[in-house]
Amino acid sequence: MCLAIPGKIVELTPESHHNAVVDVAGVRRRVDLSLLEFEAPQPGDWVLIHVGFALSKISEEDALDQMRTLRLLGEEQAAMEEVRGYGLGEAAADERARAPEALGPSQSPPAKRGAA
Amino acid sequence: MKYVDEFRDPEVIRKTAEEIRRLADPDRHYRLMEVCGGHTHAIYRFGLKDVLPANIELVHGPGCPVCVLPMGRIDDGLSVAEQPDVIFTAFGDMMRVPGAKGSPLEYKARGMDVRVVYSPADALKLAQKNPEKRVMFFAIGFETTAPSTALTLMQAKALGVRNFTVFCNHVTIIPAIRAILDSPDMRIDAFIGPGHVSTVIGCRPYEWISKNEGKPIVVSGFEPLDMLQSIVMLLRQLRRGEAKVENQYRRVVPWEGNRAALRAMAEVFELRPYFEWRGMGFISQSALRLRDSYAEWDAERQFSIPGLRVTDPKAAQCGEVLKGVLKPAQCKLFGRECTPEQPIGALMVSSEGSCAAYYNYEHRKAAVA
Repeated sequence: MCLAIPGKIVELTPESHHNAVVDVAGVRRRVDLSLLEFEAPQPGDWVLIHVGFALSKISEEDALDQMRTLRLLGEEQAAMEEVRGYGLGEAAADERARAPEALGPSQSPPAKRGAA
Repeated sequence: MKYVDEFRDPEVIRKTAEEIRRLADPDRHYRLMEVCGGHTHAIYRFGLKDVLPANIELVHGPGCPVCVLPMGRIDDGLSVAEQPDVIFTAFGDMMRVPGAKGSPLEYKARGMDVRVVYSPADALKLAQKNPEKRVMFFAIGFETTAPSTALTLMQAKALGVRNFTVFCNHVTIIPAIRAILDSPDMRIDAFIGPGHVSTVIGCRPYEWISKNEGKPIVVSGFEPLDMLQSIVMLLRQLRRGEAKVENQYRRVVPWEGNRAALRAMAEVFELRPYFEWRGMGFISQSALRLRDSYAEWDAERQFSIPGLRVTDPKAAQCGEVLKGVLKPAQCKLFGRECTPEQPIGALMVSSEGSCAAYYNYEHRKAAVA
């Protein structure tokens, strides 16, 4: 629960300004950006996600470090399970329905393990 | 240190460890408390103790939200799951935490509708999809997760979702630190401050610890190098006789915290006059509840809740371990009656609990050796 999961903003969701599609090691989910209201997050920015909400903007280098820390802590699988669970596991399907060209089947769970 | 070579800059880590040895006065015993359960986990996992001199003792603090929740609150929350048409939702961490009549997982096995969610927003979604059900989210966590619960409640209100409630167990870190400093059996020289809680509250709320209590505190990241650097910063302060709030985790933690998060919390929550913490008793103004303007979404007002107080099993010494008075292995039940497979206390359940961390990394290692 206290995992801080790094992800990259892929696109802001036009119908809801506080939502974004975020990529975490190849898995895409909707994440709430309301807590970054004063930081004007943009596609391409890296964020730290807690329980489905982006809580801070970070650099790409720090995002990669954070992923490595999760791996060293043995929490990478738990983090990926958490991310896949966001939106009750249905966000990927929503995304495909909305933009079939944007997301191939390789992004839907079970995605490849990012341990390499 | 086990993972030193896997990690970036092992050489820097070795140099930092040398610096710690140089700064530590050999005639002095240092007790440094890491407040956050995430740090506790990292300390065991990375084997940080192995690189620290013997006179630097790391004392595990109360910052594991699952661990500090008294058993009665779990039973209170689960009493809602027994009512008709209710879907009980909680984070996965909660599922194996024992209440007096079983854990959420055991309630599920008995036929109650108990589900894991990874975000409070998903509990709200579940309510929208199941209008004939009453969905309750069992909220736990310090200031890291409280803003997400607050925003979810704001959305529930804005969307007019009436079949969604929150059973609020959010707690705040500052009163817990105060309780530790006020406790006569505790002697702490300095604090390793929590990383992600500080992302929300910033560093200012810790200033009393340095100004009034004369203790250094350094807000720290979670990588091995972060924690070692934080210990260097603490030792430098102690050596100079200083007490300041410093921020080692600047790449993530802004000094002023996260304004949007603080605003959402202020909109939805107010302080409870007091709240019971496992092993630490009642601490005044240490927890959050929903404001009257959110009464409709407050499980404590929408359901009749027994308000149970359940004492921990007598032999379990969770409280002493939580306060850092006892080490996990000094508890009579540790590793025998109480294991991660058959936990009696919550500290053995959560990966952030010091008993589970100690068991998984020290006890198993000793058993293999």
